Amino acid sequence: MNLTLKIWRQQNAKAEGKFVSYQVKDVEQDMSFLEMLDALNEDLLSRGEAPVAFDHDCREGICGTCGFLINGVAHGGQRGTTVCQLSMRFFKDGDSLTLEPWRARAFPVVRDLIVNRSAFDRIIQAGGYISAPTGSAPDANAVLVPKEAADTSFDAAACIGCGACVAACPNAAAMLFTAAKVTHLNALPQGQPQRDQRTLSMVYAMANEKFGSCTNHGECEAVCPKEIPIEFIGMMNRDLLRAIWQRRREPLVIPGIVQQPFQEHEGTEAGRA
Amino acid sequence: MLEARIPSGPIEQQWDKCRLEMKLVNPANRRKHSIIVVGAGLAGAAAAATLGQQGYRVQCFSYHDTPRRAHSIAAQGGINAAKNYRNDGDSISRLFKDTVKGGDYRARESNVYRLAQISNNIIDQCVAQGVPFGREYGGLLETRSFGGVQVQRTFYSRGQTGQQLLLGAYQALEEQVAAGAVTMHIRSELLDVVVVNGKARGIVTRDLVTGEIESHAAEVIVLATGGYSNVYYLSTNAKACNCTAIWRAHRRGALFGNPCFTQIHPTCIPLSSVHQSKLTLMSESLRNDGRIWVPKKEGETRAAKDIPEDERDYFLERRYPGFGNLVPRDVASRNAKEVCDEERGVGPGGQGVYLDFADAIQRMGVETIRENYGNLFDMYERITGEDAYKVPMRIYPAPHYTMGGLWVDYRLMSTIPGLFVAGEANFSDHGANRLGASALMQGLADGYFILPSTVPDYLASNALDPVNVTHAAFTATKAEVKERIKALVGVKGKRSPGSFQRELGKIMWDECGMTRSEAGLRKALTRIPELREEFWHNLRIVGGDEELNQALENANRASDFLELAELMCIDALNRSESCGGHFRVESQTPEGEAKRDDAHFCYTAAWEWKGPGQAPVVHKEPLTFEHVPLSQRSYK
Repeated sequence: MNLTLKIWRQQNAKAEGKFVSYQVKDVEQDMSFLEMLDALNEDLLSRGEAPVAFDHDCREGICGTCGFLINGVAHGGQRGTTVCQLSMRFFKDGDSLTLEPWRARAFPVVRDLIVNRSAFDRIIQAGGYISAPTGSAPDANAVLVPKEAADTSFDAAACIGCGACVAACPNAAAMLFTAAKVTHLNALPQGQPQRDQRTLSMVYAMANEKFGSCTNHGECEAVCPKEIPIEFIGMMNRDLLRAIWQRRREPLVIPGIVQQPFQEHEGTEAGRA
Repeated sequence: MLEARIPSGPIEQQWDKCRLEMKLVNPANRRKHSIIVVGAGLAGAAAAATLGQQGYRVQCFSYHDTPRRAHSIAAQGGINAAKNYRNDGDSISRLFKDTVKGGDYRARESNVYRLAQISNNIIDQCVAQGVPFGREYGGLLETRSFGGVQVQRTFYSRGQTGQQLLLGAYQALEEQVAAGAVTMHIRSELLDVVVVNGKARGIVTRDLVTGEIESHAAEVIVLATGGYSNVYYLSTNAKACNCTAIWRAHRRGALFGNPCFTQIHPTCIPLSSVHQSKLTLMSESLRNDGRIWVPKKEGETRAAKDIPEDERDYFLERRYPGFGNLVPRDVASRNAKEVCDEERGVGPGGQGVYLDFADAIQRMGVETIRENYGNLFDMYERITGEDAYKVPMRIYPAPHYTMGGLWVDYRLMSTIPGLFVAGEANFSDHGANRLGASALMQGLADGYFILPSTVPDYLASNALDPVNVTHAAFTATKAEVKERIKALVGVKGKRSPGSFQRELGKIMWDECGMTRSEAGLRKALTRIPELREEFWHNLRIVGGDEELNQALENANRASDFLELAELMCIDALNRSESCGGHFRVESQTPEGEAKRDDAHFCYTAAWEWKGPGQAPVVHKEPLTFEHVPLSQRSYK
């Protein structure tokens, strides 16, 4: 099949970007979307043009490196599928596709389809862990974990941190990402001692980045390649209320993060609370 | 030259003895010591986090945009530990013996014993971090069986164990970043190791966004940069996995151990198109419940469901009744290749065998299968368009893991003092074949437990002069790195980096893959230098070096693969025995199994770089087997 691609080209973070059209010929059904881009890049290279820069690595849908919008839909719209596992058999001859990077203020463009997602790491730094210095752990079976709790925890921990949820959200909120990590850890007995602090700190850290707020559109769940359910956002909100009720320590201590004055208009759940 | 520093005394006490003998650094003094960790996969993230917790100043480097991307994340099946929670006869000694035997007697006994001991601590550690392992209804940990063993000692998180373990290590690392103990350098790739007065004292990196070449100094350098299966181009490794860090360290004096020991994983999705960029692994755990077969008849054209039971050849169950479908990976892969070579393979091109779940679904119900393997079945369907609940999967072997790597002593230090190597990047524990669910175990053992004991000893035992990046050795190394990058950009030929990688991969797969012969290896040894020559005259990169340039990144990695590939073939040619994943057609038993030659090859081959165009020199570390007596491996 032959395709027309309109791809966002941007030399670097400071440069102006623009769409450029390319024709891709003889695309095979068995190719993945990224293999189709590989072919385009080989072609561009042979013509002396700069290849399209895009992030990718494992090509198995687990590392979370890849991701861009295809016709406005994060990862291209096949349920539970990252763009690296998106097969070309879902497209047809003559299709015209627009490819652009995640669009969110918190994810500045690095080049072409590559964005900077370090804001996610900073949210994790705020509390997305269970403090267990190496060597201090009790026997693995000393703490029983009900199967249901383990399953919920796993469902949330399946998040690959690709950023599709942010890209799909009309507000560019990072609620699904943050809620997934909060739920992964808060659902486990091991996560209880730091539960309230974790929830407060991570929500606060999220507000410190340039993400918007959640207004329950549900777009995040729809595009999530790991099908993380939106109910985890509800669980995080419940935990947030619980944490606010139980802890009155002010100001919040977020290790390692420069705290900016909290701004109501950029507010998150914490702001409203 | 090779001082393995294996502690004396009974094997059970060696690690304790070593730890007692090693020197310590006072907690108040730790922050005065600087450590560089390159790589943020299981081994790297675990080491950086733990050394940070202990109070050292750690800098961690990753070429990804965040440490959570490392390819450890793709490990599916599980992680072994000798917990014996199943009460099925497991013990540290048994895990030790299984691993030595599985590695076909080409690993160091002392290292493997220590690995088995530490395995239990790893599970404890990961559970405490919140890794959501599979659980029984009573809340206890669930385990399953894996290839090459007869106990159920593999802990798992559905089909995403590597992901969950890596996230545990990543979270511990980010906690230390937040605490200010670890400084993280992302999108930063190691291009050389700086050696000052014979000791590793720093690295030179390239910022992948700006292209800037930077120097970083420290007292200890840890390389945890993974394996080199991408030398085959088509492998299960992530696209960015490369040998640059270990290869450049090798060129600076670190010996390379057993480069030809590579693992071809039996259960991967077969190749379907010439444009294919990688091969996708399906966890070996599938072999627990799936049955592997091919038609008895050559050139069979009927669909799987139309082939009656008595016309199917369950070749692993037939040839290895004791282990059946759970024989070690090298045995399973070679047998699959054999039946395909007999033209009994299935699927396009006949390069595949069936992995059939029909019996398991009938026995346990589709829901149980879905719960255990659901994500793998989904992945298979996404890639092939086939529903494996209804038709058998098709699988074929693919390069997956490299047992070879930089030679390290018992304390994981390479032959360059101060340069430690962990995880898949070192050669240490798996001998000539790695058993399933052992890579995660080894990476975490190295990162969480071994390095945090041995690195402080090095710091405490060596009075290191203060060195910073203005030292002449840094300036010189940086200049060399810049020159090489400029040379790559300056070739201005016609061929893309990818086309060289593909061609090299084909040579290696044909001549240094699942089977190797003297004639084939000699052919490869003529062809590789020619290809390398062409690379440096006909490479094309568009764009410059002072910007984000993925073609340049690929070319730089390819340039190192083109050198490593030659060493792999030299090593494979030198080792004229068969062992584990290294199958020399000249050395097989009458039944066609790998035939070791212990009289001549019971050693680790550690290769020394002698300069471009010079033949490398082999140093031999003899291996002794006192606890697992040498015997021909049999899985019958």
